[in-house]
Amino acid sequence: MSISIQSISKTFGAYTALDNISLEVPNGSLTALLGPSGSGKTTLLRIVAGLDFPDPGPGGIAFHGDDVSEVSARKRGVGFVFQHYALFQHMSVAQNVAFGLRVLPSAQRPKKSEISDRVLELLKLVRLEGLEGRRPHELSGGQRQRVALARALAIRPKVLLLDEPFGALDAQVRKDLRRWLRQFHDEIGLTTLFVTHDQEEALELSDQVVVMRNARIEQVGKPQSVYDQPRSPFVYEFLGNVNKLQEGKNVRYLRPHEIEVLFAAECDPATDVLARVHHLFSAGPIATLTVKLEDGQFLDVELSRKQLDELSLSVGDEVAVRLAERTD
Amino acid sequence: MRHCSAISESAWVRRLLIGVAVTIISVFLLLPLAAVFAEAFRKGWEIFLASLHEEAAFSAIKLTLIAAGISVPLNTLFGVSAAWLITKFRFRGRSLLLALIDLPFAVSPVIAGLVWVLLFGAKGWFGPWLELHDIRIIFALPGIVIATMFVTFPFVARELIPLMETQGSDQEEAAIILGASGWQVFFRVTLPNIKWGLLYGVLLCNARAMGEFGAVSVVSGHIRGETNTLPLHVEVLYNEYQFSAAFACATLLAFLALVTLGIKSAVEHLTGHQSSNHQ
Repeated sequence: MSISIQSISKTFGAYTALDNISLEVPNGSLTALLGPSGSGKTTLLRIVAGLDFPDPGPGGIAFHGDDVSEVSARKRGVGFVFQHYALFQHMSVAQNVAFGLRVLPSAQRPKKSEISDRVLELLKLVRLEGLEGRRPHELSGGQRQRVALARALAIRPKVLLLDEPFGALDAQVRKDLRRWLRQFHDEIGLTTLFVTHDQEEALELSDQVVVMRNARIEQVGKPQSVYDQPRSPFVYEFLGNVNKLQEGKNVRYLRPHEIEVLFAAECDPATDVLARVHHLFSAGPIATLTVKLEDGQFLDVELSRKQLDELSLSVGDEVAVRLAERTD
Repeated sequence: MRHCSAISESAWVRRLLIGVAVTIISVFLLLPLAAVFAEAFRKGWEIFLASLHEEAAFSAIKLTLIAAGISVPLNTLFGVSAAWLITKFRFRGRSLLLALIDLPFAVSPVIAGLVWVLLFGAKGWFGPWLELHDIRIIFALPGIVIATMFVTFPFVARELIPLMETQGSDQEEAAIILGASGWQVFFRVTLPNIKWGLLYGVLLCNARAMGEFGAVSVVSGHIRGETNTLPLHVEVLYNEYQFSAAFACATLLAFLALVTLGIKSAVEHLTGHQSSNHQ
């Protein structure tokens, strides 16, 4: 189901958390709400879930065209995975997953055997078979997160919302789980909206990135287009490393991998400038070079190890730097 | 310990510190407790049992149990609702409510008793109206219950608020999103998470409710066999130089204190295990 958000604002006293936000989340997509802390992304997610309510106004939220603005969180039918999972500590994994089915009014509640079948099916889906008797504190971070996911899916939600899904995990688990979540999303095809402050995560995982800043949406688009055609300096800086080059009164933004390094002898005054190698870091396949321009500005450059070897550079060498033309 | 040299002291300093601690604990805590039991049994078992079987003692025990039996459940109900309200919601007047909960701790119990006499006593604000309708509050059971409730008001809420504050409302929110009603959230998620803290609060509340002297003393009127609670009865016996009887009744209160402490440490032992498992 698609989610459409129409001019939503939210203020907490004098503080504006969301300022007239409108957003379309296409059916079946995996959309990332990306922004620094305090940009309003979590507030937006909570409003979609019905945990917070927007300021009174003409706007609203619709799932697949049905206005749900007045529907309580209890009846809204969303799946929500909390940043710290919010698993019920006193219940087993199976009881956690079954919770949403057990609290149904008796007329709608499935039979006990159906509930336990569904629980097993969900645990299989999130690859946690055999752990149904464990307590949350006996699980690893990644396992807890998948229990939270299974619990959210048990009620067959219309949309899935995840708050910083990988925020509480360590680096390796994060990477694995990220890949797994993408695959998982492709299998079940549920419209998913997740919050993150990690640009790499947002770009790698999502179909659509929503960059937020100071209670507003800065840019919406496919990861590639947001990365390649940032609409503002903020988006440019937020989505990956960037060099800010002062050219007269203007600031030019250059990604480290967009800069080419040549032998000083090959310098073409039309496109290149001379610089000196200030710092060199070359562990891994990508080498990072910091060069100092003649006017004293520093630039970070990324090049492959192969290129670096061909140039056989060391600190203090003079090089030519080609500042590639921007593609937009 | 030899290996933590930074905080180790020479042997005689350690012995001195331990000696001082043991002496203080013995003199101030164990000796009085032992004295209560020793005095109670000084004239033997028969006198001990007889003093408890006496009609006034029996009525004091009954009254104490009734007063605690009414005020503890009501204060539990109140304490849980107040803690729930204060920790799960942000509203106007929240800090005022928080301060009001502490009021009974801040006010001297005698004042706490006098306030009710001023309100409901024969010459109090509502005195004439109550007399007209033949309702007795002061020098009767209702007054004793009200005074006990006032004094023991904060125990449960004070125990639960910090606990619920640290737990946050994530689990409750998760339950709501999964379709649970307010009651389901409370009974299936909130209550299981606070049960040990709640039990602890109820125990302390009960211990105080049964042991309260000051406030109850003001409103009770000391009518023997009628409005004397156990602590008041002990005082009456003592003033009448019936030391063995006074101490026999006191052993009941001391015994209650010991049981409370025992359950409390058992609860702490259990929850200590639980919380160390959590992370």
